[in-house]
Amino acid sequence: MFETLILILDATMRVSTPLILAALAGLYAERSGIVDIGLEGKILGSAFAAAAGAAVYGSAWIGLGFGILASVFLAMVHGFACITHRGDHIVSGVAINTVVAGLTVTLGLDWFGMGGQTPTLSGDARFLSITFPFADALADVPVIGLIYSELLSGHNVLVYLAFLMVPATYWVVYKTRFGLRLRATGENPHAVDTAGISVALVRYRALIICGVLCGIAGAYLSTAHNAGFLKDMSAGKGYMALAALIFGKWRPVPVLFACLLFGFLDAVAVRLQGVVIPGIGEVPVQAIEVLPYVLTVLLLAGFIGKAVGPKAVGRPYVKERA
Amino acid sequence: MTNKTPYAIELRDISKRFGAVQANKDICLQVPAGTIHGIIGENGAGKSTLMSIIYGFYEADTGYIEVDGKRVDIRNSQEAIHSGIGMVHQHFMLVENFTVLENVVLGAEGGSLLKEGMDTARVELQRLAQEYSLDIDVDAVVEELPVGLQQRVEILKALYRGARILILDEPTGVLTPQEADHLFRVLKSLKEQGVTVLLITHKLREIMASTDNISVMRQGQMVAHRQTSQTNTDELAELMVGKKVRLVVDKDDAQPSQVTLSAKNLSLYDSQGVQRLKNVNVDLRAGEIVGIAGVSGNGQSELLNVLSGIESMSDGEIRFSGEVINAKTPKNAAQMRDLKMAHVPEDRHKMGLVTGFEAYEAAVLGYHNSDAYNGKILMNRTVMLDECNERMAAWDVRPPNPHLKTANFSGGNQQKIVIAREVEQNPDVLLIGQPTRGVDIGAIENIHEQIVKLRDAGKAILLVSVELDEIMALSDRILVMFDGAVVGELDAKDADERKLGLMMANAYEEETVGETA
Amino acid sequence: MSQAKVPAWVNVALIPFLNIMLAFLVSGLVILAIGENPIEAAGYLIYGAFGYDEGVGYTLYYATNFIFTGLAVSVAFKAGLFNIGGEGQAYIGGLGVGLVCLAFDHTLPFYVIAPLAIIGAAVFGAGWAYIPAYLQAKRGSHIVITTIMFNFIASSLMVYLMVNWLKEDGRMAPNSRTFEESAWLPYLHELLSPLGIEIGDSPLNMAFLWALVCCVLVWGLIWHTRWGYQLRTLGTNPTAAKYAGIDTVKVTIWVMLISGGLAGFVGINEIMGVNHNLLLNFTAGYGFAGIAVSLMGRNHPVGIIMASILFGALYQGGAELAFEIPTITPEIVVVIQGLVILFSGALEHMFKDRIEGFFIRRAVA
Repeated sequence: MFETLILILDATMRVSTPLILAALAGLYAERSGIVDIGLEGKILGSAFAAAAGAAVYGSAWIGLGFGILASVFLAMVHGFACITHRGDHIVSGVAINTVVAGLTVTLGLDWFGMGGQTPTLSGDARFLSITFPFADALADVPVIGLIYSELLSGHNVLVYLAFLMVPATYWVVYKTRFGLRLRATGENPHAVDTAGISVALVRYRALIICGVLCGIAGAYLSTAHNAGFLKDMSAGKGYMALAALIFGKWRPVPVLFACLLFGFLDAVAVRLQGVVIPGIGEVPVQAIEVLPYVLTVLLLAGFIGKAVGPKAVGRPYVKERA
Repeated sequence: MTNKTPYAIELRDISKRFGAVQANKDICLQVPAGTIHGIIGENGAGKSTLMSIIYGFYEADTGYIEVDGKRVDIRNSQEAIHSGIGMVHQHFMLVENFTVLENVVLGAEGGSLLKEGMDTARVELQRLAQEYSLDIDVDAVVEELPVGLQQRVEILKALYRGARILILDEPTGVLTPQEADHLFRVLKSLKEQGVTVLLITHKLREIMASTDNISVMRQGQMVAHRQTSQTNTDELAELMVGKKVRLVVDKDDAQPSQVTLSAKNLSLYDSQGVQRLKNVNVDLRAGEIVGIAGVSGNGQSELLNVLSGIESMSDGEIRFSGEVINAKTPKNAAQMRDLKMAHVPEDRHKMGLVTGFEAYEAAVLGYHNSDAYNGKILMNRTVMLDECNERMAAWDVRPPNPHLKTANFSGGNQQKIVIAREVEQNPDVLLIGQPTRGVDIGAIENIHEQIVKLRDAGKAILLVSVELDEIMALSDRILVMFDGAVVGELDAKDADERKLGLMMANAYEEETVGETA
Repeated sequence: MSQAKVPAWVNVALIPFLNIMLAFLVSGLVILAIGENPIEAAGYLIYGAFGYDEGVGYTLYYATNFIFTGLAVSVAFKAGLFNIGGEGQAYIGGLGVGLVCLAFDHTLPFYVIAPLAIIGAAVFGAGWAYIPAYLQAKRGSHIVITTIMFNFIASSLMVYLMVNWLKEDGRMAPNSRTFEESAWLPYLHELLSPLGIEIGDSPLNMAFLWALVCCVLVWGLIWHTRWGYQLRTLGTNPTAAKYAGIDTVKVTIWVMLISGGLAGFVGINEIMGVNHNLLLNFTAGYGFAGIAVSLMGRNHPVGIIMASILFGALYQGGAELAFEIPTITPEIVVVIQGLVILFSGALEHMFKDRIEGFFIRRAVA
């Protein structure tokens, strides 16, 4: 039983990683006042670019670089539409998601001729698991051994990076000048403007960070979690990250827990496939799969707590005639 | 005043135009250092635009600004701050879920990490608080503070940035009298420390009590400068309003009969919990025009909204057409229309029209459910078009094209479309806000005649206008609103501009004492 | 008032044309980057879509779906609501169609099943839009987020139902049994051949005619009923709606119900018209494509028909293109679709302001 739990938690960490990265990416964007439903497209775009880069250059790190570049580029398109041209944030996000869904397959087919996939990555072209010192030796120690060797050890570097990003984001958002301005911009851009700070600049910077984080999330999918790019491999993770962001009420640590919860549900759903629980019968996997979305809707409806986002989110900033 | 000490701030021939509107024209102003300088003017006189130019929110078309005798280019707020100018906006520029400290350091963090800057700010704020008696809990969250303290945060924000010139835009609009008194004590101590204060307001009494010099603005121009000790409220009221060409409307004495609508103790709180209407009582009689005078923003719009059913009152009741309407049994705008109430809103673009609609469609807004315009399923276009054509002819709407988009008519013609729509329903009560705002002279006369005609037909009319001429020319009875309450009532025959001006500034009572004595 | 000086054709024709051209231009660059000739590609695409009977049939068959989802997005948009949940509403609408067909195909004749299926699609699609609509109107939950969530919930629900309840016994694939022919919508080529009109075999079926009927109904509803009047007032000026005493909660909910019902009609075309059984993933992104269609079609039924035919042609022509030039995938069409949303939606101000400015200056001069 305990072992099963550890294995589920272990899987939770792997599944949660892209959610955490993408949800934190969304946190930067939305805290600055930009709605980003283009997380999905950025993850997918980066997954493709990272896998392609890794396949061509044989290095997962170079792949990661390409993934981040692609994702930041998409974030800048979003910024150009929403900040510079006061476009609708949702429409821009939908556009980016759609373009990327088509473009990755189109380019993939041309470059690799494998029906839109990239070649299978191996060796240095993938981020491989890191085994902690003495993990094998300690594996047999009761309780702690299993936690250390299974749960904590044996993940790839991007998993650890994702979890590190949570305190890092907390620090940036609450302890730095940029964070103060970021939060202020999402709440009341007029106050920021009259304090002599450029609203557009804060928002563009936030989107760059958003792009970098989505880039890592995408690279994780194609060069760490999987060994190559598959068509539509982001599979709604961007939207689920958005749900986690709302569920975590736009705050780094609660967002982490929301991602872990959603990841846990996913891991459990996989485990429960076809399992008959005595007294209950077979739990439909789909019922667990939809929980993140159902919970988010309930939260939005104010049935479980209240989700109040940044006040100025989604609204273009226009200097008004006083 | 010699030229040895330069002025703290000097404006030279500032002009600013927004499209067709000349908001500021050749403004010159000299403010000696360490004084409190008042700028007064009616709503729309151009005060706020001028202050926005000084603070770098807009750039002037022509003219320039000197600070301490040196010409400065202020293209954005940052450059204004660098020039030592601070501003307390009418609507506070605060991040509501931030603490006082966070709000103060925003934009002046003093390093990429917050810790150090915040610690410095904490100490500095303590010093400022003592020096200017501006006590505040720096760790309090702004949205939990009362309005008076929020304003204090704004002042601290400016001082923390080293402001030597402080602009306050209508600072007492949101304050209680006690809070306002405290504010003026603070301004005085600022002045003693050498800070120059620019105070923008339309309230005569407080400007008389607190300033050293006063400048008066009217229609975008600076029309007079006075030393406060050399002037009085009478003169200022007259300068503010100006000697306009007297509007004359040809009308007989009113023959008011029964009370058609009676509102008792109407109160309204907005979503922020601020009381916008304070126990307002109004009786409207058939055959009478009641005018509501007041500087805009003193509850007139809210009164219209509550009477017409757009907002429901927090307290009080309306008796109308045999119905009692109160907070428990509210009626929406459609239901009020059914009781034969018509409403020409103050802002026709925001409320009275849908500018994307063709004229004939806009001409039924609010009455779109009426049987007259509807068949079983579809709306009866022919009827709507015929009626629109008729009305356009009767009201001389130009061009008389019912298919033209509403947005493409001139202001006066848009207003005629709205007024025609409301008046032609033959209502018992007509609420009418700013009937001639943005309307050309020729059309004004026509609109005024129609309003009087309606009165003579035995309708009860409530007229809200910021134009004193209009109020005096049309009304039979005048109520004056100030700060959400009705502060005075007089027969139109006894009203003059001076008296109304003083009432609107809530400065009348002492004056009457002086006069009757 | 400045718009007075901008001729109507600028907004109705010129700006959409420029946007689509820009989208084609960028897609052309993508094709160039792949090392193929964009002109040649365009030739194959146009031939595939319009060059022969079957091609035209396929184009119109795709267009049918786009008309339904495009109308769905537009109706909501006219009331100022962004219904991004067309995908889920279409999916559940299809479920409604499937259930009607499965329940009655043995017992009832076609002319009874068809209206029942239409009702089933509308009720199920509308039902799926109801909860987000109610939460938006009554509790202020952001409709964009809730409809996105409902897309995923719809997807999981369908998998559950298909796998556990509706799958045909003894088969691996999660498909229902094939309906009896009494629950098949006739193909247009079958309908027309007795009249002596021969068109090539294609999936184009009677649902296309229903789509055109829906266009007329929506047009009448929005522009010629008091209900549409209220909806347009709410969408363009919510303050005026309040002034006019319009019940915004009621209108919001009704608009979303109609929008969801329209999206549900995709099921008529796909389930009853073509697949003849209930299956997974038949919506294939048509719901999202509706956003592009409504933006391109300027939220007017005539524009939507034209935009739908354009996108139908892209889908059909894109398949032809992929066949002729194997290095190009049909997904290039998705790229074009995304670019259309980007240029005519997110970046609408980029051109619009400049072009209008040009005409205003010209009018003044």
